[in-house]
Amino acid sequence: MRIVTVYPDLLGTYGDRGNGLVLRRRAALRGIDVELIEARSDGALPVADVYCIGGGEDGPQQLATERLAADGTLQRAVDGGAVVLAVCAGLQVLGRSFPGPDGSRVEGLGLCAIDTVGGAGARAVGEVVVQGPSAIGALTGFENHAGRTTRDHAQPALGEVSVGVGNGDGSDGAFAARFVGTYLHGPVLARNPRLADWLLATALGTGPLGELDDDPSQRLHDERLGAATAGRR
Amino acid sequence: MPRGLVLRDRAALASMRAINAASRRTGRGSGTVAGGRVALRVSPNLLSRLSLHRAIGLVSGTNGKTTTTACLAAALASCGEVASNATGSNMLPGHVAALAATPGARRAALECDEIWLTHAIAIESPSVVVLLNLSRDQLDRTAEVRRVADAWRTSLTAYRGVCVANADDPLVVHAALEAPRVAWFAGGLAWGDDAIACPRCARGLVFSDAAWSCACGLARPELHAFPTDDGAVVDGETIVFDMALPGAFNKANGVGALLAAVRMGVDASVGARAIAALDEVAGRFSSITVGDVGARLLLAKNPAGWSALFDLVGAETAPVVVAVNARIADGLDTSWLYDVAFERLDGRRVIASGDRWRDLSARLFYAGIEHDCEPDVRAAIKRAGANGDRVEAICNYTAFAELRGVRP
Repeated sequence: MRIVTVYPDLLGTYGDRGNGLVLRRRAALRGIDVELIEARSDGALPVADVYCIGGGEDGPQQLATERLAADGTLQRAVDGGAVVLAVCAGLQVLGRSFPGPDGSRVEGLGLCAIDTVGGAGARAVGEVVVQGPSAIGALTGFENHAGRTTRDHAQPALGEVSVGVGNGDGSDGAFAARFVGTYLHGPVLARNPRLADWLLATALGTGPLGELDDDPSQRLHDERLGAATAGRR
Repeated sequence: MPRGLVLRDRAALASMRAINAASRRTGRGSGTVAGGRVALRVSPNLLSRLSLHRAIGLVSGTNGKTTTTACLAAALASCGEVASNATGSNMLPGHVAALAATPGARRAALECDEIWLTHAIAIESPSVVVLLNLSRDQLDRTAEVRRVADAWRTSLTAYRGVCVANADDPLVVHAALEAPRVAWFAGGLAWGDDAIACPRCARGLVFSDAAWSCACGLARPELHAFPTDDGAVVDGETIVFDMALPGAFNKANGVGALLAAVRMGVDASVGARAIAALDEVAGRFSSITVGDVGARLLLAKNPAGWSALFDLVGAETAPVVVAVNARIADGLDTSWLYDVAFERLDGRRVIASGDRWRDLSARLFYAGIEHDCEPDVRAAIKRAGANGDRVEAICNYTAFAELRGVRP
């Protein structure tokens, strides 16, 4: 299996390269051979089974969108069934539109039916809890973003927000059969082992992967969930 | 009492002293922030009047502020008494407290928070501003480093003193180029991820050996000072000295401080001797004993700082305790753990500690580093040194402060 971290030089503000590391290690512990590529923005994007796209600042986010649009590999790979994890600015990039550095509307790649606008209030900063789909369960993460995201009626969210802000309408991110978009970083997969394993199983086309013994991510997940729901945000 | 103070200022200083004394007595803190804050409320122009008739050197940047300020203060002390915020209270109330505490000092070395630098420059009219570096730090508070660089840039356009700036950091260069008078030093770039895209045009920068450049013309400027194996070159003059503080990053900070001191009128050789003699800065690099285990205390606050400390401890095999908290002073977001190459601890005994030992344990797990977990930092040091080994204790801010027994 090949996993590509997309443009860590532009989209990597919140430790998002960690998501690739998490997937590689969790796959290796199941005996699955993974090639992890951190694909910088100055080269062609490799074809892969899983793409992880992270967060970034306004200028680099727009540049990343332009390069991905010109490259075309990601859109073709998604059509061909690649699995995608998109976090924060990465989520906005894959939507239809988001605000550029000067506030004007920038076209996204349009891989999911969402639009993002600049938030009117303060940045959303802090611990988040999202009730994800049943196969994934409760998700814990940290958010730090100004944008507010709206979905088309037919575009499911990743889940309902029970602590924090997420999209800004009580939901977080976007979800499809082979696509997870979220505002949770942390990075999100290190804190949410079931999500990591769901992405791997989806890419492999297998049933759910068995749990790992003495899993540090599960321990972290349970503690963070407890801390956030206890109001220690 | 410094010259130029009005009655309101004297009232402000009196309330500050009372609050600081009470704060120290009740053990709530070192007292400089609370008192300084009240003093500024009583007399908003107090800081500008306290700054009159003094030569002030401000030191700002993400990493190395405290060490560089200590080096600058040491070098300036060769000319007489120096005001300095040695406790690390690096916003305006801390500056008030430092200047008021030493009314006779004609020179000051003040550490300044990155966000507050533009205000400090406007209010204090410093003779020299030292810009060290800009990288992501406390992500939940300082969202975007480029915005800080842009604010610096705007503020420096009208700055009349000398800007002493790190030529190795493209973001710093972008900001400092606007200043009418700049002296450049080779301050190093511990960690380049925040600065890979050109700060001027967002194209990719090209790095070669020590130099860097962009197609738009932005490039590393000519240096006025740089470290050498046995000292430094400042304004073309070779100065031999051997710093007691360990590591290449401390050396680079020392050279920046030396260049700043020279621009403030200190003889280069005299300043270098004073800087070389510093052996610890607010507990950093100091030794502590827990039970009968000896440990070296190392403070890292962000990825660039961790990277520099891994360079420092890298050559040895001493066991390592890594302690991470995520309290307000540390930043609440621990995602930066994945920007630190914990893989470099491979082959050593490692213990994950601090409030957020679970985050650290997961990080080490994904780095493939075998480790033990012990939430209590002192207990972790004892365990790591149980065989009689000296321990390297790498801590972030509040974990470090707790080990030293001071309030963060």
